[in-house]
Amino acid sequence: MSLAADSAAHRASDRSQGEGRSLRLTALTKEFATFTAVRSLDLEVPAGTFFALLGPSGCGKTTTLRMVAGLDTPTSGTIHLGDDEITYEKPYRRPVNTVFQNYALFPHLDIHENVAFGLRRRKVKDVDQQVQEMLSLVELEAQARKKPPQMSGGQQQRVALARALINRPEVLLLDEPLGALDLKLRRGMQIELKRIQTEVGLTFVHVTHDQEEAMTMADTIAVMNSGVIEQMGSPAELYENPRTTFVANFLGQSNLIAGAVSSTVSSTDGDVVRVDMHGTQVSIPADRAHVRAGDGWVGIRPEKVLIEPLGEPLDAPGNHLTGGVITDVSFVGVSTQYLVMMPWGQELMSFEQNTGRRPVLATGTKVDVSWRPEFAFLLPASQDVNAGVVEES
Amino acid sequence: MRRGRFTGYWLMLPAGLWLALFFVIPFYSLLATSLFDPEGSVLTGYSVDYRFANFVDALQQFWEPLVRSLWYAAVATAICLVLGYVLAYAIAFKAGRWRTLLLVLVIAPFFTSFLVRTLSWKLILADDGFVVDTLQFLQLLGDDGRLLATPVAVIAGLVYNFLPFMVLPLYASLEKIDGRLIEAAGDLYASPTRGFLKVTLPLSKPGVVAGTLLTFIPAAGDYINAALLGSPNQRMVGNVIQNLFTSTGDYAAAGALSVILMVIIVALVMLYIRTAGTEELV
Repeated sequence: MSLAADSAAHRASDRSQGEGRSLRLTALTKEFATFTAVRSLDLEVPAGTFFALLGPSGCGKTTTLRMVAGLDTPTSGTIHLGDDEITYEKPYRRPVNTVFQNYALFPHLDIHENVAFGLRRRKVKDVDQQVQEMLSLVELEAQARKKPPQMSGGQQQRVALARALINRPEVLLLDEPLGALDLKLRRGMQIELKRIQTEVGLTFVHVTHDQEEAMTMADTIAVMNSGVIEQMGSPAELYENPRTTFVANFLGQSNLIAGAVSSTVSSTDGDVVRVDMHGTQVSIPADRAHVRAGDGWVGIRPEKVLIEPLGEPLDAPGNHLTGGVITDVSFVGVSTQYLVMMPWGQELMSFEQNTGRRPVLATGTKVDVSWRPEFAFLLPASQDVNAGVVEES
Repeated sequence: MRRGRFTGYWLMLPAGLWLALFFVIPFYSLLATSLFDPEGSVLTGYSVDYRFANFVDALQQFWEPLVRSLWYAAVATAICLVLGYVLAYAIAFKAGRWRTLLLVLVIAPFFTSFLVRTLSWKLILADDGFVVDTLQFLQLLGDDGRLLATPVAVIAGLVYNFLPFMVLPLYASLEKIDGRLIEAAGDLYASPTRGFLKVTLPLSKPGVVAGTLLTFIPAAGDYINAALLGSPNQRMVGNVIQNLFTSTGDYAAAGALSVILMVIIVALVMLYIRTAGTEELV
């Protein structure tokens, strides 16, 4: 990054630290004629964080974003920036800017004028200077006089970002900004976006359906489904300890196995819930058991599931299942993905790093399965085991 | 499929023939007529003797209706632009499910002949018609004031008759505008008015240019409205040409005036397109 870019970033961060205010949504609801897009949503985004709203299409995440931008009017509930209520403020009076899904660049203006648009409307001085600094931040100084249709998708995306960022909004809203880019470019832009956010120190609210994207970039993720937030937390928190089957399946993949709580045992390391899982007793730390009695789903991430050929020693204090048969082996370079048929007729996923410790196992191999109890979680049986399962395309 | 070197030219042939038959030949004939010896008559016959003085004579004699035509056409086009823009904007952005119906209604007048429609305006604007009565009642028009045989009637007729030619291209270019661009303008601190001026209006410019051309050109050459709704005081150049051709039989003057009108319009249009500077027309 050039020096000019650094100074632009620096100035923006000076300002944001002075004015940074958290964004707070309270009981926010949006009803359309035929359905409720957002249902009594409560959310607080601390100033200066990178916040992701993650969910499948139609979950209400874009509607939420549009209400914050002022492009949709909530049916009820409030939106606050710090102590100021902006629920019904006109979009052009909000200190909030949006990077639109398909960029929405003005085709009749060149790149320079696109980026200058917000500053000119607010009658800011030395517009040209600021535009040049911003264009160098996104590495497009040389393209300043081109028109948007002459640029590639990735370049247009950066123009859209610069056009919003130059206004130094208190909150920058990103509506699936990387959706139109190909995979490789998208990964590059993810890192770039995160870097810019750290440099300018603004609050970013990023809407996406791509769980990997959300995890790569966000400090905090709110997983949305059918107009409500299923769970909110850091990427690691959500991944390691999902509270609903939807989160367990939508954010990465999970093995969910039917079981019944048999007892709660106290120990020096904290309480442990014992679950009968098709005849095998497994234990789950109490703080990861989101149901304490009756039936539940025992959840375990595929990379936490260890397999060894029958009779080989396994790293499994407490959870040890036997009688598995490998039914499918997919070699994907860094790892191998196994499907193991268990005696109760369910196929479990096991992802193994190809460390070379032992050769890749063949289909039909009889294996023992294990996982460490601290990685398992327990979810209520009332939840749909297939909620949030992402179809492989 | 294999294509010969000349396929392109063959494909141009029908259009080329059409242009030759209905543009080049009549245009040549008109040009020749404009250079006739004005001494000629139906009885003595006509001869082309390259009398360029015909143009000077025509300008000297008929500059008044010529200027009036351009003036009426310009005023009518300006009124059409304002009315047409509002209408096209409403249809494109606010009409919702009524959009198709409204578009049909814009075109509906074409189902009746131009002449009949203009004649009905004669009835509507008649001295004892309800429009004049109402205006007199409201004291907007003197007791013996009238609408017929005034510039107001002629310009109103032009506006009425050519409004669809303004609305349709405007609608076509407004309808193409991505609504998200207008949202983006709002998001970037543009009030609805600023957003309109900075985004919607510039993006609809091809429609504005096309609409004004499609309105101005026929309006400047029109003679029906002036003939039916005006008096000799509102005579437009079209009326003069028609009169010279059909009544007076002064073909040379009529031809010269036609060519002058054509040259002026072409010059104005080129100047306009150059200053309005659209890359894509329509």
